[in-house]
Amino acid sequence: MPTQLQSRPRPSQRRSEGDGIALQGVGRAFRDRRGALLRALSGVSLHAAPGELLAVVGPSGCGKSTLLELICGLQSPDEGSVACAPAVLMPQRDLLLPWLSAADNAALALRVAGLPRGRARARAAALFAEMGLDGFQGAHPSELSGGMRQRVAFLRTLLSGKRVLCLDEPFGALDAITRAEMQEWLASALQREPRTVALVTHDVEEAVVLADRVAVLSPRPGRVIEELEVALPRPRARTDAAVIGLRGRALRALGGTSSTAAAA
Amino acid sequence: MREARAPPTPHAQRLLSALAPIALACALVGAWELYADSGSTSAYVLPSPHAIAQAMWDNAGLLAANLGPTATEVGLGIVLALLLGFLLAVLVHVSRALRRALYPLAVGSQAVPIAVIAPLLVFWWGFGVFPKLVVIVLICFFPVLVTTVDGLAAVDPDQLKLLRTLDASRWQALRFAELPAALPAAISGARIALSVGVIGAYIAESQTATVGAHAGLGHEINADLTALQTPRAYAAAVVLFAFAIACFYALRLAERRLAPWAARSPGERT
Repeated sequence: MPTQLQSRPRPSQRRSEGDGIALQGVGRAFRDRRGALLRALSGVSLHAAPGELLAVVGPSGCGKSTLLELICGLQSPDEGSVACAPAVLMPQRDLLLPWLSAADNAALALRVAGLPRGRARARAAALFAEMGLDGFQGAHPSELSGGMRQRVAFLRTLLSGKRVLCLDEPFGALDAITRAEMQEWLASALQREPRTVALVTHDVEEAVVLADRVAVLSPRPGRVIEELEVALPRPRARTDAAVIGLRGRALRALGGTSSTAAAA
Repeated sequence: MREARAPPTPHAQRLLSALAPIALACALVGAWELYADSGSTSAYVLPSPHAIAQAMWDNAGLLAANLGPTATEVGLGIVLALLLGFLLAVLVHVSRALRRALYPLAVGSQAVPIAVIAPLLVFWWGFGVFPKLVVIVLICFFPVLVTTVDGLAAVDPDQLKLLRTLDASRWQALRFAELPAALPAAISGARIALSVGVIGAYIAESQTATVGAHAGLGHEINADLTALQTPRAYAAAVVLFAFAIACFYALRLAERRLAPWAARSPGERT
């Protein structure tokens, strides 16, 4: 068996209509403990073409995580529609299982799909070098650094074979230096293994460096208040004038929301 | 000045932690010996440690022969209690209806005095080991149930969401995430179960009759107390005491093998 990722679509197939993300007028509300209605998202329309990376930035509590769960099909919208190919979630924390080795953790999706332990592990382990993890196949999560744990978690996400990845602040818990490293690493990993990605982050710079399109959400209820196309060549430097300019636009959009929120 | 004092070297620390239990045991036994020898109690009420040691020496064969059945009861009973507690915990975890139906019954079962149901157990299963196992299981399954239910529920909800997006079934979520995550809690429950299991064996032997000689240490204790052979009863109790401690540490070893990630501190290698 080649060490290619499971059911990795050919480039021509990946461009097919069903591999993108399309949200149309999506609203979602919850009842809090006292029964009051809490509107998390309201009238959100977002689109990511197949193979695109869509970054969603917004203040805390703007329904970003709800958005990802809608895309993954873990929740259904109260209004509007969500059309998306099968998606896999990479939660904020790596959530590696402490009793499994790194290779076994990465192979979790393959085990769930019914592959026997040995074959699943071998397929995951073969990709460790490509992910910058060579030699750590047998290490347990407690022996890995935060950045390496995120790499294993990302490999676990990739090996699900799903065409859409939902990354929920994947580098939020890392220190600034490791985070910058991991952003570069993610960009190159996605170049080798292209997927449609929805990336939720509160780091505007991260969004601009990585994404094809950045959507800025307002505070709750989350609405798209600004959508920026990032038509810049990769790899992008965070010191690049165009990157800084887009970052400024996104920050201004965010700042505008917080001042209206303060006024309200 | 606490800060000014040099920290003890690892070697001295190890020596201290090895000596501490011995020192405490010596102090307690010494105080006991002084009190018993002072004449303020009768030897029938409280035999002195040296009288108990003498009784242990004189009755070593008898005590060993009685330890056999008791150890068997405790060992089998704990294993069955673990299985039952774990199984019930999984059922209660996966089904809200079962939780509502089973949990109150399990809690209530702990309040029923064994003496009430012992005649029925003997009526059904006679004088063998089985009714005693039932008593031990009844006493011991509960801590395993409670700790395991908590352990199963403690799995990160995001972990379950992740597994769902990997298309894991309910059973696979249990198998890959919840059951292994609950193992340390279940083992804690097993440790509590063990500590009550030894007294459970005594209750079982007291409440259900046995045919034949060497019916177990609990049986022996009751017979000795009736016959005013207090030192021998104490000697049997000392054997139970030591047996419970041995079981406890045996389980610790099992825990390190079964759930090393729970026992291991971060960064430490197995």
